[in-house]
Amino acid sequence: MNGGYAKKNTTFDIIVFILLCLGAVTMVFPLIYMVATSFMTKNQILSGTLTLIPDPLLIGKYSEVLGKGQFINGILNTLKVEIPVLLIGGFTSTIAAFGFAKMNFRGKNALFLALLATIMIPFAVIMIPQYVLFTKLGWTNSLLPLIIPGCFGNVSMIFFLRQNIIGLPTDLMDAAKLDGCNYFQIFYKIFLPLIKGALGTQLVLWFMLIWNDYLAPTIFLRSEDNWTLQVVIRSFNSYYAIQSDYALIMAASTIAMMPTLLLFFLLQNVIIESIAISGIK
Amino acid sequence: MGRKKRVKEKMSAMAKREERWAWLFIAAPFIGFLIFMAYPICFALFASMTKWTGMNALADNFCGFENYIAIFTDEKFWKSLGTTIIYMIGIPIGMILGLLLAMGMNRKIPGVRVLRTMYYVPVVSSLVAVSILWMWVYNYDYGLFNSIIKAVTGLHGPNWLGDEILVKVAMIIFMTWKGLGTSIILYLAGLQNIPRDYYEAAAIDGANGWEKFKNITLPLVSPVSFYILITSLIGGFQVFVEVQVMTTSGGTNYSAATIVYYLYDKAFSNGQLGYGCAIAVLLAIIIFIITAINFVGQDKWVKTMD
Repeated sequence: MNGGYAKKNTTFDIIVFILLCLGAVTMVFPLIYMVATSFMTKNQILSGTLTLIPDPLLIGKYSEVLGKGQFINGILNTLKVEIPVLLIGGFTSTIAAFGFAKMNFRGKNALFLALLATIMIPFAVIMIPQYVLFTKLGWTNSLLPLIIPGCFGNVSMIFFLRQNIIGLPTDLMDAAKLDGCNYFQIFYKIFLPLIKGALGTQLVLWFMLIWNDYLAPTIFLRSEDNWTLQVVIRSFNSYYAIQSDYALIMAASTIAMMPTLLLFFLLQNVIIESIAISGIK
Repeated sequence: MGRKKRVKEKMSAMAKREERWAWLFIAAPFIGFLIFMAYPICFALFASMTKWTGMNALADNFCGFENYIAIFTDEKFWKSLGTTIIYMIGIPIGMILGLLLAMGMNRKIPGVRVLRTMYYVPVVSSLVAVSILWMWVYNYDYGLFNSIIKAVTGLHGPNWLGDEILVKVAMIIFMTWKGLGTSIILYLAGLQNIPRDYYEAAAIDGANGWEKFKNITLPLVSPVSFYILITSLIGGFQVFVEVQVMTTSGGTNYSAATIVYYLYDKAFSNGQLGYGCAIAVLLAIIIFIITAINFVGQDKWVKTMD
């Protein structure tokens, strides 16, 4: 690209490369420490000296965590939220994005701006009234407070998909109209296949958001049976720290992080791209 | 004439049909907005003017602006607001580090994708899980930090999460670590958008590295800086989870508590729901004002590509 320029800067590039590597190792080091701790014996952990290699290496804590009913229950509860929200909320968000992008109706822009403005409203403002609402509806002894609102759609997903659909030619729509398709058929047969990739990315991001959500579950879920995974690992942390069972806590946290990390590693290009776009707009 | 009118009628019939379909398509988020956003916001506004506990009747306990007046002399409120703002020291640190690292990655360097991923891993990690992890890192007797300090100096390290000042340093380090990946990704995208010719032209004019950075890079990534600043400020006012996980009841003398933590405490531990709503409304107003100031002030420093 720029031959002479690059050559002159070789030494500098090497220094930059080394610094970047050192920084990157520092970033992942706490996570490595977490995984290492999860394999250690209590004696090694509480020795107070800096050790990173488990000796002996124990995998027992993982089976101990997975053998705990509360932990498995937490995973199941999280999935019970994920599946309906992603299916129903994904559908309502996508179809709304299509409506906002390609259809004309009175008040469209005002409504879209109102929805967009809700991104700026802190959750703290609505959490107390929502809590009261859900209590009155008798939902706080179930997972409904996490499921129902999500089914009505997700504003940032609507925003991103709308951006995507706006870029597609409107001629496609007119042609389909002449063929006698109704608007749902136009959406389903023509536009949906064209935004599959973007839709997938948004669903993955939303999956991660729900998986990692903690504040809403702690407030809205009154019964321990309904606790989602993040709430469970938080309670493990308080409970087992007293017994200094850090290996178990770290094993539980490691397992809880795995799904989002795996998804990220598999789909990092599309995920990073969609984050980068949000900044440039 | 007649034919033209028919066409017009037909058009409007089609437009009406389109409108009906469109309303059907956007009905779900609109209804969700009314029930789960608009209604709670109005409710919070009203409840903030009551001495409501959830047990008593909302309307019977109307007290006007009493809660707001009480907040002005509420030491814990100011303390937690102050702590929230102190935590924001991490925002410029993260932005500077993020830009420097992104500039490094924007060079012709091998393995940029792997590096980028490594910096981004904390962002996608569960906040609760990494808070638990960092609580362990900061552990007084056996944690990573104090083990390193002991290995290097032979002395026992400080009580990171127990000390009123160090707990803030600890939180800032943690938040910078957690969010750095986002700044890098955003800056990297911004840097890649800057045309190479700009730098080549500047080089011909004899500009040195610093001048190029100051006159080309910095202004041209300013929209990204603006975006990061706005989103970090909005997020910074809502810090809660890491405080709740890493400290016991807001830390020594409430030294780690943020405004949302205080709000949560008041509403859900003390049952002062009306008072909690008043704090929430003030928080929303603060965020709104800060964001508005930023948007007004952006003309001064945010440049566009053309």
